[in-house]
Amino acid sequence: MQIDKEVVGGVLVVRLRGELDHHAVEPLRDEIEQSLENTHYRGLVLSFQGIDFMDSSGLGLILGRYRTLSSRGGKMVLCEVNANLRKIFELSGIFKVVPVFESEDSALRAIKEA
Amino acid sequence: MEQKVQSKVIAANYMHLQFPSRSENESLARVAVAAFVTVLDPTMEQLTELKTAVSEAVTNAIIHGYDGGEGEVRLHCALKDGTVEVVVEDDGIGIEDIDQARQPLFTSRPELERSGMGLTIIENFVDEFFISSEPGRGTRVTMRKVLASSETLN
Ligand SMILES: Nc1ncnc2c1ncn2[C@@H]1O[C@H](COP(=O)(O)OP(=O)(O)OP(=O)(O)O)[C@@H](O)[C@H]1O
Ligand SMILES: [Mg+2]
Repeated sequence: MQIDKEVVGGVLVVRLRGELDHHAVEPLRDEIEQSLENTHYRGLVLSFQGIDFMDSSGLGLILGRYRTLSSRGGKMVLCEVNANLRKIFELSGIFKVVPVFESEDSALRAIKEA
Repeated sequence: MEQKVQSKVIAANYMHLQFPSRSENESLARVAVAAFVTVLDPTMEQLTELKTAVSEAVTNAIIHGYDGGEGEVRLHCALKDGTVEVVVEDDGIGIEDIDQARQPLFTSRPELERSGMGLTIIENFVDEFFISSEPGRGTRVTMRKVLASSETLN
């Protein structure tokens, strides 16, 4: 699992790549938590552009970070969720908890305006 | 006539895989199942659903069955009349209350950031789904998914 991180105006942008399963998620969780701490939990954009497979472990990763940010007053949004992942997103109701945007730009704008 | 013979060959196909309960084998399991069903020419959506369901069952065996420790996971696949059957077995701790385990959002391990969605995902992504389990002995998850109509095969 590769990720690409960038801080844009204080907001952490994480671009995920590969397959988001239990094997991939465990090391990723700690890495993202560390970066969130470094950026003072201002906000998190998770981009799924490079993700072609995700199971419930990915849901756990999203909800876990959502909890971290909520408890510290930061905002979290998702973007670039491809068609392969639609069904698991819909089934889990994650759309109702964490906003999803088409592009990284619109996701960043939404966080800044929040 | 030619094709009828071929569908009989397909009906007889099967594959067994056994591997230690290591998380890197989660992708091995779902890729192996995907390769096994290629002969039925499934749609991208069917393939994604099947791979996700397999990943859920195998991950559960590793995380819950063996509590992240050592053990063996067995995967059995068979094709019959355009339907694939996948069985995932472990010899782990087993499930005390299967009805409770199948409830959406029920998890025994919230501290591991599990969200209790795995079995619900399986239920929605395949056509038939059963669990049999004996506490202290292990768990067997059986799923069946129709990938090709019998008309396509005949
Ligand atoms: N192979 C197994 N061995 C022992 N217990 C299991 C097994 N599979 C499932 N369970 C039990 O059933 C519960 C529900 O499983 P399910 O996959 O729906 O959720 P989860 O694994 O806890 O969370 P998620 O799948 O969303 O990460 C588990 O928390 C566990 O208690
Ligand atoms: Mg699970």
